[in-house]
Amino acid sequence: MSVVGDLFREFFLLSFVAFGGATALLPEMHRVVVDHHHWLDDTTFTHLYAIAQAAPGPNVLVVTLIGWEIAGLAGALAATLAMCLPMSVLIYLLIDRWQGFSGKRWQQAVSLGVAPLAVGLVFSGAMLIATSAGLSPAGWILVGAVVLANLRFRELHPLWLIAAGAILGIGGFA
Amino acid sequence: MSTATVPESQSRPDLRALFLGFSAVGLSGFGGVLPFARRMLVDERKWLTAEEFNTQLGLCQFLPGPNVVNLAVVVGKRNRGLAGAIVAPVGLLAGPLAIVLLLAVLYDRFGSLPLAQDMLRGIAAAGCGLLLAMAWRMGAAIKDKAIFLPFTALTVAAIAIFRWPMPLVMVSGLPLSGAVAWWKLGRR
Repeated sequence: MSVVGDLFREFFLLSFVAFGGATALLPEMHRVVVDHHHWLDDTTFTHLYAIAQAAPGPNVLVVTLIGWEIAGLAGALAATLAMCLPMSVLIYLLIDRWQGFSGKRWQQAVSLGVAPLAVGLVFSGAMLIATSAGLSPAGWILVGAVVLANLRFRELHPLWLIAAGAILGIGGFA
Repeated sequence: MSTATVPESQSRPDLRALFLGFSAVGLSGFGGVLPFARRMLVDERKWLTAEEFNTQLGLCQFLPGPNVVNLAVVVGKRNRGLAGAIVAPVGLLAGPLAIVLLLAVLYDRFGSLPLAQDMLRGIAAAGCGLLLAMAWRMGAAIKDKAIFLPFTALTVAAIAIFRWPMPLVMVSGLPLSGAVAWWKLGRR
């Protein structure tokens, strides 16, 4: 099977566990793309995540970048489509019946139950990016400063923190 | 965009408006476009009331997958059926996708330069900080922390330390965590 076909299949499967969107999926994408298939190395994976952070648009576009690096335009489109299509179809079919499910005890239980797992996934993704990036001690201080700035000053647009990261990075502080 | 002449509940965008509206959302959002989607849908163009937005978003967040893409499908379907459900998410993704691919071309050309490597490492550090802050806020929003945060710790151990496949972790973790949530809901 071609790489494009493999990409489509892998991201199609990933979309079914993407609770919390593409952000929570980072560790699993890394496992599949870097550890399992060896399509990308650690550094490239981290760079693609950084590019997606610095670009406008939904978080899911990191998938597009991964697809592009592995198999060009066909890979980019296949990975994006595979990631978006299954749940889009499902939601298209379910939305009219959603009013009936909404507020039911099982529905609340799943929503409550998935939250702590999603926190763990996002945290794992952050640690993965930090370790794959090969940060210097100054880089870790930058991570801490961004955490504090983002939690402390909610009105501060995240883009400013990204820009600060880029400038400090160029200055050798990461 | 003037919608003043259209009664609130009857403003029905055509396919072109769906495409352009969601394009604007996609292009204006950095690091999560959901707040921008809400502003466009509820405040500016009034395609949904605030209450409708919350209900529809409920299913989009309940299902896995990119929430905003799901939301675009829902809004597209409500207004223009199947064609709308295709046009709205395509509008959301087309512009950002083009930009991201342009950046990818630049990366392929210049990414190996030390300057680019340093810059990307700095952005990755900032992005990591944003992810940690997001995890912190999500964790802080959880009620009954003593009961649920152990599941967070188990997830981190399974994913980050043991590197287990995520489907396995979700299939074993979600029923456990969901069962505890079910039990808690029954006691309220």
